[in-house]
Amino acid sequence: MRWSMILIFVAIVIGGLTFMAFSVDEVVSDITLGLDLQGGFEILYRVIPIDEDQEITQDLLNDTYTALYRRVDAMGVSEPDLRVEGEDRIRVRLAGVHDPEEARRFLSTEARLSFRNTDDERLFGGEHLKEGSARAVFDEFNQPVVTVEFKDPELIGQVSAEYLGDIIVIWLDFDEKTDSFAEESLKEDPKYLSAPVVRQPFSTGASITGMPSYEAAQELASLLNAGALPVQLEELTARSVSPTLGERAMDLTVRAGMIGGALIALYMLLYYRLPGLVAALALFFYVYLVLVIFNWMDAVLTLPGIAALVLGIGMAVDANIITNERIKEEIRSGKTIMSSFRAGSKRSLRTIMDANITTIIAAGVLFYFGDFAIQGFALMLIVSIVLSLVTAVLGSRLLLGLLVASRAFDKQPRWFGVKESEISEL
Amino acid sequence: MNFNFDPESNRYQFVKHRYKYFLLSGLLIGLGLLIIAIMGINLGVDFESGSTLEIMIQDQAFTSEEVEAVLADLGLEPGSIRLIGNNNEIAEVRFIGTLDQEQITQVRQAFAEHFGQVDINESTVSPMVARELARQAVYGILLASVAVIIYVAIRFEYRFGVAAIIALFHDALFIVALFALLRLEVDLTFIAAVLTIVGYSINDTIVIFDRLRENMKFAKLKTVEDLEQLVNRSIVENLPRTLNTSITVVFAALALYLLGGEGIRNFSLALLVGLLAGTYSSIFIAAQLWFEWKKRELKKKLFHPQNA
Repeated sequence: MRWSMILIFVAIVIGGLTFMAFSVDEVVSDITLGLDLQGGFEILYRVIPIDEDQEITQDLLNDTYTALYRRVDAMGVSEPDLRVEGEDRIRVRLAGVHDPEEARRFLSTEARLSFRNTDDERLFGGEHLKEGSARAVFDEFNQPVVTVEFKDPELIGQVSAEYLGDIIVIWLDFDEKTDSFAEESLKEDPKYLSAPVVRQPFSTGASITGMPSYEAAQELASLLNAGALPVQLEELTARSVSPTLGERAMDLTVRAGMIGGALIALYMLLYYRLPGLVAALALFFYVYLVLVIFNWMDAVLTLPGIAALVLGIGMAVDANIITNERIKEEIRSGKTIMSSFRAGSKRSLRTIMDANITTIIAAGVLFYFGDFAIQGFALMLIVSIVLSLVTAVLGSRLLLGLLVASRAFDKQPRWFGVKESEISEL
Repeated sequence: MNFNFDPESNRYQFVKHRYKYFLLSGLLIGLGLLIIAIMGINLGVDFESGSTLEIMIQDQAFTSEEVEAVLADLGLEPGSIRLIGNNNEIAEVRFIGTLDQEQITQVRQAFAEHFGQVDINESTVSPMVARELARQAVYGILLASVAVIIYVAIRFEYRFGVAAIIALFHDALFIVALFALLRLEVDLTFIAAVLTIVGYSINDTIVIFDRLRENMKFAKLKTVEDLEQLVNRSIVENLPRTLNTSITVVFAALALYLLGGEGIRNFSLALLVGLLAGTYSSIFIAAQLWFEWKKRELKKKLFHPQNA
């Protein structure tokens, strides 16, 4: 019996498990969780033209993207995820946003500011605003107002001088077809922002009064600074997960995964004995490696990602089972443990490769042709399969090889789940 | 417990009874298609645009009547209300037609007034997107199938590839039928479940075919009986592996189903059914399909030995 092999085996296992135990917290806490697991808000917009003349081009899409990005930035969301999909779609994912309704309103308003007379004729608009000049302040009556400055004060002064003593209505997102001052002014809560009487021509800037709260004033100021959207946005899908529910889903899923994993490990240990122990250890390594690689790839772990992980566990266990069954067959045919291990490993490798390559091909095709949601799943699946191959083929083989090479288990077929009575005489 | 099956024994006649298995699967597939056809019309909520709200209150249970009453106050009539969670603390409310932002705010406020602190998950799917996602997945699976058949044709024989793909569609159909029957939402989770089963089913079948191919090298196929014995033997030799792999993966899926929370329940249910269908099809259907096809080739050779 060669104790050195057993020692190497024990050293690898204890070293590996210790390393994993100490670093797993860090690895896990670094992983970006998807909305379904940490809460947040996801919305898929279709970009539609503001009027008939507008065509949705790549440039326009990019402008919209930039405008949305500035808005998300103004909301102070960390690590927002925005992407253009297809020809006319933009997906926005905001993790950890607690008030989805507010975020939605903030994102999708076009923020087209316009100054109009009481007959709804447009005098001038947001294009004349000095960039980044909108501010939320309190006026002399301690009321929240938004102040804006104009790029060309002279022009604005001239136009507004015509309306001295009259009203200039300030609108946000005026709809030519449906909105009118005459109608809205009768309402208790009119749609326009404010309708101040012009006491003196607007020279450098204007104040928008009538803000219901300082927060509302701040929101409008950020919107104006972020700029108007060049298009209209139509919501195609929206999903919001409350952080509490997301966290709950995460906790439950992790606990379920651990119990499932423990059951698998126990079953493998009871059924396959020594190779089962190795398989269980390989399984730990596999899950750890997947998390490290997901982390390294900056992948976002979502429920479908967990699906890919589960399938990967299945594949890793399957590879171990295929090998162990082969080894058992060889032992039963009367070979020594050493040559059974060698033959079993060799003959099972081709099977495992064929099965896994077939699945990788399927996943690769899905990745190539699928949209981003399917792509994410396919990519994780490929990573899972490759890692399951690494741990189940290389890892298990190394560990089991050490145990077999120690010769401690020669003539001990029971350790491999084979009864002496099953072994046929050569 | 130990799965030891003697490949020499005549007790396991997986090929002999193949028509019974084909008939059973045919009936189940027919039933599945029927369910899809009939329930598909009633699906409504899934393919018309709709909103789903998941409302959770702290440490309290809902009753459907309470939920309905709160919504009725707002003038909202839900398409369905389902209570989930271990103690019915989560109400899943579905609306036909989408709710707008204002309505969702109102719902949030109304529930907060009645129940104190509430958490709400919201999802709105437009019919266009749901259909697109499903279509993408179907195209993806079809293309992946073609690629798999090509690979298997190069490595093995095209018949293996085609038989594996038929088994795959067999397994996937059960999930689709299940979702139609239980009226579960076709969303990303569903797509992920189907794709997972696609991966599992191919893997599961190819391993048996691999053994079949290996055994074929040593076999002298002179009669149909030889071929039958070969297929039987290959299935039997692989049984311990098939059963053990299925049992372990079912452990994982079952744990996720029972303990994984609501978000993952549909997914793990689909996974469970897909795994069982996959195990069944790889033992009783896939190799038998190949046998049926190969038999024809063998018979041709037998009747025209000069061409062989």
